Amino acid sequence: MIGDTSVKIKVVDLHKSFGKNYVLRGINLTVNKGESMVVIGGSGVGKSVLIKCVIGLIKPDSGSIGIDGQEITSLKEGSLNEIRKKFGMLFQAGALFDSLSVWENVGFGLKHHTSLGDGEIKAIAVEKLGLLGLRSVEDLMPSELSGGMRKRVSLARAIAMEPEILLYDEPTTGLDPIMADAINDLIVQMRKKLEVTSIAITHDMVSAYKIADRIAMLYEGKIIEVGTPKQIRESSNAIVQQFIQGKAEGPIKAR
Amino acid sequence: MNAVFGYIGVYFLRFLHESGRISILFGQTIFLIFRPPFNIREALSQMEEIGVRSIPVVVITSAFTGMVLALQTFTGFKRFNAETLVGTVVALSVTRELGPVLTGLMVSGRVGSAMAAELGTMRVTEQIDALYTLATNPVKYLVVPRFLASLVMVPVLVVFADVIGIMGGYFVSVKVLGTNPTVYIRRTWDYMELSDIYSGLLKACIFGMIMAIISCYQGFYTEGGAEGVGKATTRAVVLSCLVILISNYFITAILF
Repeated sequence: MIGDTSVKIKVVDLHKSFGKNYVLRGINLTVNKGESMVVIGGSGVGKSVLIKCVIGLIKPDSGSIGIDGQEITSLKEGSLNEIRKKFGMLFQAGALFDSLSVWENVGFGLKHHTSLGDGEIKAIAVEKLGLLGLRSVEDLMPSELSGGMRKRVSLARAIAMEPEILLYDEPTTGLDPIMADAINDLIVQMRKKLEVTSIAITHDMVSAYKIADRIAMLYEGKIIEVGTPKQIRESSNAIVQQFIQGKAEGPIKAR
Repeated sequence: MNAVFGYIGVYFLRFLHESGRISILFGQTIFLIFRPPFNIREALSQMEEIGVRSIPVVVITSAFTGMVLALQTFTGFKRFNAETLVGTVVALSVTRELGPVLTGLMVSGRVGSAMAAELGTMRVTEQIDALYTLATNPVKYLVVPRFLASLVMVPVLVVFADVIGIMGGYFVSVKVLGTNPTVYIRRTWDYMELSDIYSGLLKACIFGMIMAIISCYQGFYTEGGAEGVGKATTRAVVLSCLVILISNYFITAILF
């Protein structure tokens, strides 16, 4: 399958533990080119660990991760950086650099990886911010922005280098429902406009149904079910049903 | 009894683990200094923060140290009629020892804490992860400019400390204790060698590196939210000061 051009990201039998905490226990997940994959699961089941492994922020204990058919788990920092140029990542709280203004944040990748001048970078930053409905914020500092604006600026930074793959770490967490829906719309638009492959992790089912081509459920360190939103909704698996309906009682124990 | 050995073992292993990781960070930093691109703007702004903004603290510290040194030495030396040698003692103590050590300690408190807190906050708010995802090496982007700026600016601050400390001693001896200014200055210059100043500046370079690498390390590997940042900041200052004081003895014993 490694040579299959329609597969963008292929995770095979991924394991990771932190001390005694065995988080990922054999993850298998394939994301096709141009597909929007949403990984759902409870808090603390290792959703973040999974996408951080995919972008090489965390080194897995064993297993393989292929990006465009290239194995990344054995790569050194230098070659990993080349792979990372294919990625954009939206962090949960934005992770904007506080010491830089909004446009410098958005243009960070351009400044470090292209020979563009400040004027051109600022123009691109303003354009990307406009794409996300943000106007005349480019000279503000991140501390002057609201939570929803920070997420959008972070998204602008993630798409500034026109990545092939976007990773979203809980894109709607901590936002009011209207802002959350606006972010969902943006994610859907991004996929249509930029034709990117994406993995989003979330426990917000409204968001998952809206942005996903396929949904994968992570439970006890394994992907227990993958399917279209419709298939997931109709799943016969009691664990999946409990999670998507948000019930306290069932096979998953609230911790 | 076993429990005691257990604790000793655990702490010893942790010590080795931390020393190893600090050494790795130090190695990476040195390696990355010579790799383009060179972020000169960031290094300059760090030099301003570490150097220029530390001048008031260093000046006040060294002025009063020079002054009290003159006062104390005078009291002691008067007992065997050697008051004229106060200038020599002040100059040698300040240039060889007190200038570099006190500057190192004050800068650790002022700058080391800030470095650890800033990098620690960047770690817990995922800004360091964000740097990785933007294909930027955080050690190159964050640690190298701070390390270089400390390496350059701590010795510069020590030059200030030396001059101000000697002037402080002169002021107290001449204006308060009534020593003859000409004799004081001659005694200062007669016994001082250039190597006294060099040795102090060499120490300053080493202290600057120690402070920067320990503080950046503590910040870079912070865990556990706001509380973790607080702990990292404390550890950065305490550990920097301890390592500076301990290494000071060995540098002196080995080199001079």
